[in-house]
Amino acid sequence: MPDKNKFKIPIGPQHPALKEPEGFSLALKGEKIMGVDIRLGYNHRGIEKACEERTYIQDLYLIERVCGICSHSHSTCFVQAVEEIAGLDIPKRARYIRTLIGELERVHSHLLWLGVAGHEIGFDTLLMYTWRDREVVMDILAALTGNRVNYGINTIGGVRRDITPDQCKDVLAAMDILEERTKYYIEVGTQETTIVKRLSGVGVLSKEAALKLDAVGPTARASGVDYDVRRDDPYAAYGELSFDVITDDHCDVYGRTVVRLKELMESYKIIRQAVKNMPDGPVTVRAPRKIPAGEALGRYEAPRGEDVHFVKSNGTEKPERVKVRAPTLANVQAVKHMLKDRFLADMPIVVAAIDPCFSCTDRAISLRHTDKNKKEIIDWPTLRTYGISWYKSQGIDFAGLNKQLLERIKQ
Amino acid sequence: MIGEQLFLILIFPGFLFVSIFGLATQFMDRKIYARLQNRVGPPWFQPLADLIKLLAKEDIVPCDANRAMFTATPLFALTAVVSAFLYLPLWTPHSLYSFSGDIIVVLYLLTIPTLAFFIGGWYSTSLFARLGSVRCLTQMFAYEVPLFMGILSAAVLANTWSLADMVHFYGAHPWYWMFNIPGFAVALVALLGKLEKVPFDIPEAETEIVAGVFTEYSGRLLAILKLTLDIEMVVGAALLACVFFPFGMELGSSPLAFVVFVLKVLAIIAMLSLCRTIVARLRIDQMINFCWKYLVPLAILQLLLNLILKGVLTP
Repeated sequence: MPDKNKFKIPIGPQHPALKEPEGFSLALKGEKIMGVDIRLGYNHRGIEKACEERTYIQDLYLIERVCGICSHSHSTCFVQAVEEIAGLDIPKRARYIRTLIGELERVHSHLLWLGVAGHEIGFDTLLMYTWRDREVVMDILAALTGNRVNYGINTIGGVRRDITPDQCKDVLAAMDILEERTKYYIEVGTQETTIVKRLSGVGVLSKEAALKLDAVGPTARASGVDYDVRRDDPYAAYGELSFDVITDDHCDVYGRTVVRLKELMESYKIIRQAVKNMPDGPVTVRAPRKIPAGEALGRYEAPRGEDVHFVKSNGTEKPERVKVRAPTLANVQAVKHMLKDRFLADMPIVVAAIDPCFSCTDRAISLRHTDKNKKEIIDWPTLRTYGISWYKSQGIDFAGLNKQLLERIKQ
Repeated sequence: MIGEQLFLILIFPGFLFVSIFGLATQFMDRKIYARLQNRVGPPWFQPLADLIKLLAKEDIVPCDANRAMFTATPLFALTAVVSAFLYLPLWTPHSLYSFSGDIIVVLYLLTIPTLAFFIGGWYSTSLFARLGSVRCLTQMFAYEVPLFMGILSAAVLANTWSLADMVHFYGAHPWYWMFNIPGFAVALVALLGKLEKVPFDIPEAETEIVAGVFTEYSGRLLAILKLTLDIEMVVGAALLACVFFPFGMELGSSPLAFVVFVLKVLAIIAMLSLCRTIVARLRIDQMINFCWKYLVPLAILQLLLNLILKGVLTP
């Protein structure tokens, strides 16, 4: 007998709790969540295919736009894979600059997350405060790279801009301000009664579950998984810098908050070291236009977790295959687990706690067969012919439109 | 005679005055909230501009909704809060219409908007609105009891069920209002629940259920609902001012008494704004726990205190 009290509620693709469109469907019994259905693919942008049709340099611009928040993560990850195939040894100064920008990006991403988390639990004051302080690091990023997001600092073989001693001073001064503010947020986040009430015990993900579901980044570290690419597979200048990998054993949203806040403090430490130890020298080496055949996997600890790029080259100036695995894809499965038997009111903060970046994640596209039970895999030309015939059956003929368009261009 | 009555009810201190005062307090609430959050905040005419804009928009009634209920409930809610205002002693010791037991009537009239929101949300048939309306009602059972107890314990000390008599009593014993400060704290927090403000904005939690009961409302109906909430804020604050801070009323009809009244209401609304700035939204279960575990015992303490005081102070 179907339960009368059970009903389904759509959260997304458009919903105030989601900062990016993605489809969730919750089965509710009163306020209690009985089941979660996540449907990825709403935001598929075809970036991987587009990468295959552009040169490596053009791809850099495209890859940087996979994510609006961790743009440097994606471009560094891609560039590292390409450099590995080309066998380039990039200058030490370039490595330090990449690290510096990467950590500044982490600072702005984590501060942004803290604000979003505050908003999700109805604490808008926290949102306003953190986003105000985030402006400090945004200004620094704009001064160093010219942009607030999408820094465009990476190039194959190094970085495109050098950093002057004056800018280094500005960075250090900004770190002092941010460190003080972050200490205050750690106090607020761990002691304010309503915040602690809303966060602790919510979205529990045990260590075993985190490992089983392949959670990454702060989500995994808050469940006691001691794993960080920066330490375990050092890239850029991380091998020469000392920092701690923050873990926490609360296994809930509160733990994820603590991990992110403490990671901010570690980031300040790394930034100070990177500025202090930055060696002199060139910032780029000459890279070939055509990358020799081969394949490589780039790994990068993005603010949201481990980011993976796979690049396969075929000796031309365009890659044969680019695969982007954004950290959210690894974490999104855990959301289903975390929401089990929780309340509807916990849904926004649990989803927000993995710091989701749905548009970066979406690679899949699924089309539903009109006959619901039938499943088949069709290739590209068949799909194209099907599309043309479907539109024709609706009375739209693109052949005519194309001709009209051509004539208009001629005129 | 009828003309005078109509002027009192519709213009001053009735509907028109309370609407304008409501918009002004909404501005103040938003401005304080913004300044505390390090934002600039809206310009002074923003609430009025919002109202005019909404009034000019189209009313959309969902196909499945019960049209009569959907359109009637906002008006019902508005009427109830404006009626409640007429029974309050504002800056004079007498209200417009006063009788023994009007304090109960005012409290019940203030309950009607919540019920109207529930009915409106329920009949708009949207899932989000239905969830919001259920939350609305659940929450009502939590805050209504401490609110009633907090306010009525002040009436117990005055030994009357009439607001006008209460004002007279506290006017005769100028410092007795200080005994009621715990009751005021309880009533203030409970009022946050009634006004659906953070941390008790659970029925319209934006990130969870979009806009709760208001999800399907648009245009004039939404304008009326927003105005209802503003007026409810004024009426609630004026009620607390009259019950817990009954001073300044002996000045009578002089302009100074009016100024004192406005200042009292604005001070209470400033406290409400401060409360909603410094906390996060609670979950519905936490909210009910909080109300029954902390607010109700405190209200009972106040009631006991006032019962004892009544025995001690009035021989």
